[in-house]
Amino acid sequence: MSIMTLERPRAHEDAEAKTIEYSQPSESLKIFGFWLFLATDMLLFACLFATYVLLHTHTAGGPTARTLFDVPGFEAETFILLTSSFTGGIATYEMQHQRSKSVAVWLFITILLGLAFIGLEVQEFIHDVHIGATMSTSAFLSAFFTLVGTHGCHVSLGIVWMAAILIQVLRWGITPQTARKVFNVGLYWHFLDVVWVFIFTVVYLTGMVM
Amino acid sequence: MWEAIRHFGDTYLMWREGPLIWGSDVLILLTIIGIVFALTYLKKWKWLWREWLTTVDHKKIGIMYLVCALLMFFRGGVDALLIRTQLAEPNNHFLDAEHYDQIFTTHGTIMILFMAMPFIFALFNIAVPLQIGARDVAFPYLNAISFWLFFFAAFLFNISFVFGGSPDAGWTSYPPLTELGFDKGPGENYYLVSLLISGIGTLGTGINFIATILKMRAPGMTMMKVPLFSWAVLASSIVILTAFPALNVALALLLFDRLFGAHFFTIAQGGNPMMFINLFWVWGHPEVYIVVLVAFGVYSEVVATFSRKEIFGYKSMVASLMAITVIGDLTWVHHFFTMGAGPDVNSFFAVSTMAVGIPTGVKMFNWLFTMYRGRIRLTLPMLWTLAFIVCFAIAGATGVMLAAAPADYQYHNSYFLVAHFHQALIGGVVFGMLAGMYYWWPKMFGFQLDERIGRWAFWLFNIGFYVCFMPQYALGFMGMQRRMYTYPADLGWGTLNFISTIGAYIMGLGFLFIVVQVLYSIKYGKRDVTGDIWDARTLEWSLPSPVPHYNFAVIPHVTDRDMWATLKEQGRTGELRPAASDIRPIHMPNNSARPFLLGVCFFFAGLGFVFEWYVLAALALLGVAVCLLARSFELHDEHDLSADEIRRTEALSGRL
Repeated sequence: MSIMTLERPRAHEDAEAKTIEYSQPSESLKIFGFWLFLATDMLLFACLFATYVLLHTHTAGGPTARTLFDVPGFEAETFILLTSSFTGGIATYEMQHQRSKSVAVWLFITILLGLAFIGLEVQEFIHDVHIGATMSTSAFLSAFFTLVGTHGCHVSLGIVWMAAILIQVLRWGITPQTARKVFNVGLYWHFLDVVWVFIFTVVYLTGMVM
Repeated sequence: MWEAIRHFGDTYLMWREGPLIWGSDVLILLTIIGIVFALTYLKKWKWLWREWLTTVDHKKIGIMYLVCALLMFFRGGVDALLIRTQLAEPNNHFLDAEHYDQIFTTHGTIMILFMAMPFIFALFNIAVPLQIGARDVAFPYLNAISFWLFFFAAFLFNISFVFGGSPDAGWTSYPPLTELGFDKGPGENYYLVSLLISGIGTLGTGINFIATILKMRAPGMTMMKVPLFSWAVLASSIVILTAFPALNVALALLLFDRLFGAHFFTIAQGGNPMMFINLFWVWGHPEVYIVVLVAFGVYSEVVATFSRKEIFGYKSMVASLMAITVIGDLTWVHHFFTMGAGPDVNSFFAVSTMAVGIPTGVKMFNWLFTMYRGRIRLTLPMLWTLAFIVCFAIAGATGVMLAAAPADYQYHNSYFLVAHFHQALIGGVVFGMLAGMYYWWPKMFGFQLDERIGRWAFWLFNIGFYVCFMPQYALGFMGMQRRMYTYPADLGWGTLNFISTIGAYIMGLGFLFIVVQVLYSIKYGKRDVTGDIWDARTLEWSLPSPVPHYNFAVIPHVTDRDMWATLKEQGRTGELRPAASDIRPIHMPNNSARPFLLGVCFFFAGLGFVFEWYVLAALALLGVAVCLLARSFELHDEHDLSADEIRRTEALSGRL
């Protein structure tokens, strides 16, 4: 009798076999909680997008989106991040089949891709600052650096988090607890990928076309 | 050395600013000495650490929220009395202008974010798990983190007055006034950073209680059997989830403007101050519903209990809660009709504002119909509820006046508005929180608060309220604007302002009576031996008072909406008493020092950002990271409570 056994079993959940991350009520509750957190995070990004859309033409005589954005750079970032979402997905799949070594390998690859993405983004930002496009140049650039930078901070935190879970998987194997963690960090990673798709469309693509 | 101390004293401690600062310093020092002395003398340090600072028990966290809320009520109230003293007569210079600005800013910010919010969280924590038959909230550890983030954010905000200066641009903190160019110094940083920290904690609470109410209900309790207070908490938590991200973004962007030279809300370099005002009210208006929906939940419980009737129109109560949740998110522009968004936008928001009055009206009538032909007992919670109905009806009427966009150009930012929102927030929220405090106090502490002294407090506070705020409606029509420091004698505002100040002091006296009531009742209050002192209707009253830390020895099976009332009517209350053979060991979450330490780290990180001491901020954020990683690597965070121990505890309260 744990404090978590209170969750009412639902008919359809009993009927089908649960995957390991949902196998304990306390862990499935944490996945539910994490979905709620993602909802708040989505709204946070929504506010940043709204701010960017309002301010993206307010360049105050500074560089515009078209003169600033580097097409090969942001395309490479996009391919790397989308690929990392795929490898992260494989890690989740392997976790559900309880193959801890394989999970560790795929998480490691995902981390490497994440680091490559962050590396490129930092390079892009450094380049921008070098040509005088900083946060205090114009409202457009304040909004740009904040929106894209917030996403970058999320990815960086995700990398640290994923590394911590990688160590735990190696140390403790796939238990309901570590399985839930692999699953949640996977959700987080896919979520950041979706946000990037919007950044790609609203910031970079629109910036090049407009 | 001496020079350095003097410099520090002048710059940060502001010792040249006069008696108000010195007085505050002395008071703070005396309070600290008093607390340290009392804890040491009574040998309570260990007790404080083990039982309170490291607890993850929702009931204790609720009590800590309540204590903080009452302390902040006192602080905000002192601010209010200072404001009213300054405005009592024309050409008054009781405060200097700078201090006056700081005090009305801290009054508003504290009352909303550091008084109303912890007060609702106190009631969330105390009542919800017990009402729905759960052993704790969904995430007890996160619950403790939320509390300590709130606590240290409030601490950070409160020290500003004597350490570097308080924010002074109003609780709404509009740019461009709050941009670095117009408002130097750490004051505004204090506002932004402390609200950000408490905002993160609040999001945690919202997530926690949605998960608790949706996933932790006792078997048999379908959503349509959930008590209305818990429904109200669910509605409020949903609004927290949708609204608070916008506040956090608004605060962070303004902080970027001030610290890193960004141009979100400046006039120069293409910034747009109206974006802040929109983001702020996208949170700010729903915030009103976050607090008032919880009060609505309290009234629903109180009215049903003290009319000895099931609530009238349960389903319409639920539907109206949900309707307010949605419509409340769509009314924010009515705070700045004068922005000039054009007739189409203003019309939409005028209509949505009036529309939100409809579900509120439904609730009002349902409470009245519940009382109709009920056997009403005029206890303290019921008195505050009745006072609410009158007060909130007037607030609603003046609210509809303000909602008419063309007319609002006349009322905007006048004392008419000030009177209106105080009527909504005091009449709606404070009355509700006090009703809830009186109602659940016996459940928390095992004794009732004295009714006689409570009635004195009730009448003083209520009469004081009308004496204070009715004149302000008139002052608004006479042209007095909010946040005015002083006014000349020939405008004829003196008399009404003086009456208003008298009212404020009567309310202050009412608050003192509540303090006396608590102190008196600790010793002489009626003890609650049955656990059901009000003859109430929901599950929490089936437990002894105070509730054992595992809540339910055996989780009840719920078959009815007012489960406890039904069982009492049918003489089946024995069914909720645990049988010795049914009691099994329980996994309980471990206490942890980490939530407290996280709060400390956030406090120093906050201080670092306020004064731009980035080394301090970086070190403190490193501390945050260490706490989070340590939590991630924690393998076991639960311990077993043996069945024997539970049997012993149950036997002690005579339930076995």
